[in-house]
Amino acid sequence: MTGLEQVFRDEWSRVLASLVGFLGDFERAEDAAQDAFTIAAQRWPTSGMPANPGAWLVTTARHRAIDRIRRDRTLAEKIQLLPVPEVVVDDIDDTVIKDERLELIFTCCHPALPLDGQVALTLRALGGLETAEIARAFLMSEETMKRRLSRAKNKIRLAGIPFAVPEARMLPDRVDAVLAVIYLIYNEGYQGRVDLGAEAIRLGRVLAGLLPTEPEVLGLLALMLTHHARRQARFAGDDLVLLDDQDRSLWDDALISDGRAALDRALALGGRGAYVVQAAIASLQMREAIDWPRVVALYQRLVQLTGSPVVELNQAVAVAQAGDPAAALRTVDRLDLGRYLYFHSTRGELLRRLGRRADARAAYERALELATSTPERRFLTRRLEDF
Amino acid sequence: MQYALLIHNQPGIEEALPEPERAAAYAEYLALADDPRCIEAAQLQPVETVTSVRMTGGRTLVTDGPFADSKEVLGGFCLIEADHLDDALALAARIPAARFGGVIEIWPVVPR
Repeated sequence: MTGLEQVFRDEWSRVLASLVGFLGDFERAEDAAQDAFTIAAQRWPTSGMPANPGAWLVTTARHRAIDRIRRDRTLAEKIQLLPVPEVVVDDIDDTVIKDERLELIFTCCHPALPLDGQVALTLRALGGLETAEIARAFLMSEETMKRRLSRAKNKIRLAGIPFAVPEARMLPDRVDAVLAVIYLIYNEGYQGRVDLGAEAIRLGRVLAGLLPTEPEVLGLLALMLTHHARRQARFAGDDLVLLDDQDRSLWDDALISDGRAALDRALALGGRGAYVVQAAIASLQMREAIDWPRVVALYQRLVQLTGSPVVELNQAVAVAQAGDPAAALRTVDRLDLGRYLYFHSTRGELLRRLGRRADARAAYERALELATSTPERRFLTRRLEDF
Repeated sequence: MQYALLIHNQPGIEEALPEPERAAAYAEYLALADDPRCIEAAQLQPVETVTSVRMTGGRTLVTDGPFADSKEVLGGFCLIEADHLDDALALAARIPAARFGGVIEIWPVVPR
């Protein structure tokens, strides 16, 4: 990415947010922002970058938007179409640009939008990704992604989805919705060519800056940072490397300490929600000597919060690591997760430790049947070769 | 902007509530109709009384019952003027049917 591209990427959401607030219309705002960035790309390389690029972009975009509206209005008057909404031109302040990114986030992640639309719109509006990049990340055609985005923007306009921070009563649910979108983006990060993991972390950092006292926001950020810190160590070529066997020198220390700091702040704010607990677990697992009984206790809390059998499965793994594979197996056998790959691979591992080799082998074979990705298949095949 | 709130409920559930709860729900419906944002509100007769009509090949086809056959039926509607979707959502969430197994659909109205 060039210097100019970096500035554009950094300024895009702030500029777009300000324009949506000003124009009250997503589509118009995006067109105007696009205009301003195009002009900047032509001028800045020769005339130099203005002192305050964001303010320059917003002001230019506003002028362009007003020009467009005037043009449209003349056209509309000529062919006697519906009236074009009025825009107040006088209150343009060239120096102070209010940060309206939080409003933008809540609009993009409004639960009235379909989830795939929320994700795409968040990446476009907040992340500043091009439609083509988003399409690539989700292994879809650009045309399909364009339609998805325009459906979402249409609904915002026609259904009157507000450009606002929700009132206090709705806020906790809406923050949860935003976090779910960001985490979904993070978890998609391992698929396509665009680094959605890094993108999700960027969004998480922005959100943590805008909502600095929400522990779950910090919890999610800490969780993503901690996982992301290990991304280089998770694979050796095409092979999946488990935590125990990872080369710690490949871990990203800067991300680890950012993650630790975010987690500490979340805990200091009294955070005990699902993301904070998951971040705490991930953080404990980064230690040289892992305190498994503490991990088990944290999983217990997470089971209470989520009621998820997958979490119970992970807790069972921690129980085994804490020294009781028999108890872990009893828990696992209660779970109704027969179609889940990790259920079978976990059972296989527990049975192996308990010396039940034939049963272990059968479990690993079942896991292999369910494996879809190459690294998973290779990993399980290697496990089976050990028998 | 205007929204139509379509109140779908499961027939009989609210009628079967214990008296104090039923009276409370009824009072809530009345309060809703009196809300300044509410332009028009109506409760509908039971589904057994519904008639559908369509034109096929120039002939009028009249049938008994609603168009869509589902467990929930349209029990009433409300036309409201709200600032935005969140405003409409807050109002819709207060409709008693929403907590008695029913669903409120929020339809934006095409401006005239």
